Amino acid sequence: MSDNSIPKLRSSLFYGLLSFGGLIVLCGLYAVHMMEEHGHIITGMNNQIVWGIPHVFAIFLVIAASGVLNVSSIGSVFNKPAYKARAPLAGLLSIAMLAGGLTVLMLDLGRPDRIIIAATYYNITSVFAWNILLYSGMFAAVAVYLWTMMEKRMNVWSKPAGFLVFVWRFVLTTGTGVIFSFLVARQAYGTALLPPMFIVISFAWGMAVFHVVQSAIYAWNQKSLDEYVQKRMRNLMGVFVIAALYFVAAYHLTNLYFARQADFEHFILVDGGAYPLIFWAGYICLGNLLPLLLIYHPALGKGKCVLAASLLIIAGGFSLLYVFIIGGQAFPLSIFPGFEVSSTFGDGAIGQYQPSMPELLLGMGGVGISFMITAIGIRVLDFVPHEIPKSN
Amino acid sequence: MNESDIQRRQFLKTSVGAAAVAIAPGMLLFDMAHGKADSEAVSGKVRWGMLINTANCADGCNDCVTACNRENGLSGGLSSTDSQWIRKIELKDMRTGRELALPMMCQHCEHPPCVDVCPTGASFKRADGIVLVDKHLCIGCRYCMMACPYKARSFVHGPLHDQNPDVPRGKGTVESCTMCVHRVDQGKQPACAEACPNKSILFGDLNDPESEIAKKVRSEASVQVRADLQLNTGVRYQGL
Repeated sequence: MSDNSIPKLRSSLFYGLLSFGGLIVLCGLYAVHMMEEHGHIITGMNNQIVWGIPHVFAIFLVIAASGVLNVSSIGSVFNKPAYKARAPLAGLLSIAMLAGGLTVLMLDLGRPDRIIIAATYYNITSVFAWNILLYSGMFAAVAVYLWTMMEKRMNVWSKPAGFLVFVWRFVLTTGTGVIFSFLVARQAYGTALLPPMFIVISFAWGMAVFHVVQSAIYAWNQKSLDEYVQKRMRNLMGVFVIAALYFVAAYHLTNLYFARQADFEHFILVDGGAYPLIFWAGYICLGNLLPLLLIYHPALGKGKCVLAASLLIIAGGFSLLYVFIIGGQAFPLSIFPGFEVSSTFGDGAIGQYQPSMPELLLGMGGVGISFMITAIGIRVLDFVPHEIPKSN
Repeated sequence: MNESDIQRRQFLKTSVGAAAVAIAPGMLLFDMAHGKADSEAVSGKVRWGMLINTANCADGCNDCVTACNRENGLSGGLSSTDSQWIRKIELKDMRTGRELALPMMCQHCEHPPCVDVCPTGASFKRADGIVLVDKHLCIGCRYCMMACPYKARSFVHGPLHDQNPDVPRGKGTVESCTMCVHRVDQGKQPACAEACPNKSILFGDLNDPESEIAKKVRSEASVQVRADLQLNTGVRYQGL
């Protein structure tokens, strides 16, 4: 097989990639050290924008970690052979992104040294506390699932394990959406639409990440992806992108209908400076319309187009989360509806936020961790999809 | 008595002595650290609250804010990363043009969203209604700041110096108005209430029918901010 014919190249490539990933992780750790030393004063976050770029990275990774498992679910739960061959890789990516995302979340805490408290003191009414259980359970469920797929004697259990993962990831993404749904007083959040929206969004982003990784693995191993498989996966990604767009549209339309939300929508969609720009140009055009064109245009839709579409969907994902998380906080809380307010604490004023280098590095460090886990996983275990190309 | 017996006795004596010296200060401190007697502990029979009369809250006066900063060892800085436990808000009714000002701080809700969302239980409500942050349990996730409808909480963004021993704070943790719990427990008023030159901030026990605050909320109109959220705040306003 071609897998074994070029071990040297693969070896040098592997160590190159590992060094690259390691460097990014080191930069992230340096940023954490700086944040520990000086406090969050060196980030762009403040008392109005309390969650910033690290949360954009972390939530993207956690959502994509759940969504990428779609590939395994379609294989194991819905018995599609093309997806079944890819289920182990999807499981690995899920664990990798979950680890990256959670590391970012953890290291952004004001007191990351107290993480043991988060594990030992549970407030059962807190959705954050539920998520600690959901995330650790997810690691365990996916690990068991991978084991049942990769250990021949355990293969009979792979379907029930796949089903467990299928259910768990729905609950997990619901939990992530609920973090925002439960914020009663914020105009941008506090709606039950968010958990299903996050679930559908996760399908699209997870699929995009899977496409990128799969393309890279195939290219580096000089393998080519079967056209039929490519077409199936590409079309599915397109459907997910459309479904995600539908949910985002429903979210904004619902808000537009409520008079009390009109100012917020006007801010986020029209006159909020960078936020409407990132939403329309970043999320809608680059993250949705262009990828859909690349996927569905009859003259396009081939390997490189799908890869470009996937990268754009990922960029669109970051854009959406930036607008949702940071733009959502930048709009002032409506503490006194019907009054114009001002104070020394930013009441009634748009929150200012300038992302700083340390927090960007922290976020990138999380991506670096996911990248390294994926690279090492693929190197030491058999995660590359097994199929003989029918064409080419 | 042979040599080894003497050595053993000597060793035991020294060990006991050393252990006593090691343990004694701890025992003394432990004894000192005990709070009030059980009979004096905070109880749900009391609900501390404030009634703020905005009609008396003078435009441009900042005495409550200054007193709070001094009492709690806050820097008084006004940047977006500085802690502000109490702030003056200027309001203008968009329909009528009526203008007023009022002090805004933690509203000490009966059903505080910050307590609901806190993953570790660091945000908590005392039996007497005062909402606090346990600085030893707070991991600095800031979820409570996202959840608070009143923007009452601040995050300590940098190192702290010259803390007031009665009001421990911590870099990387969240904090907010404690209703000057350390003063209240000594039978005093919160610093802001004491400092207000016009006596606009009335502090007291909402549950005691004979208290001035209870009589006043019974006889005069007052509102809770964002009453629609049904959080039953301990801080109420008149003239809003």
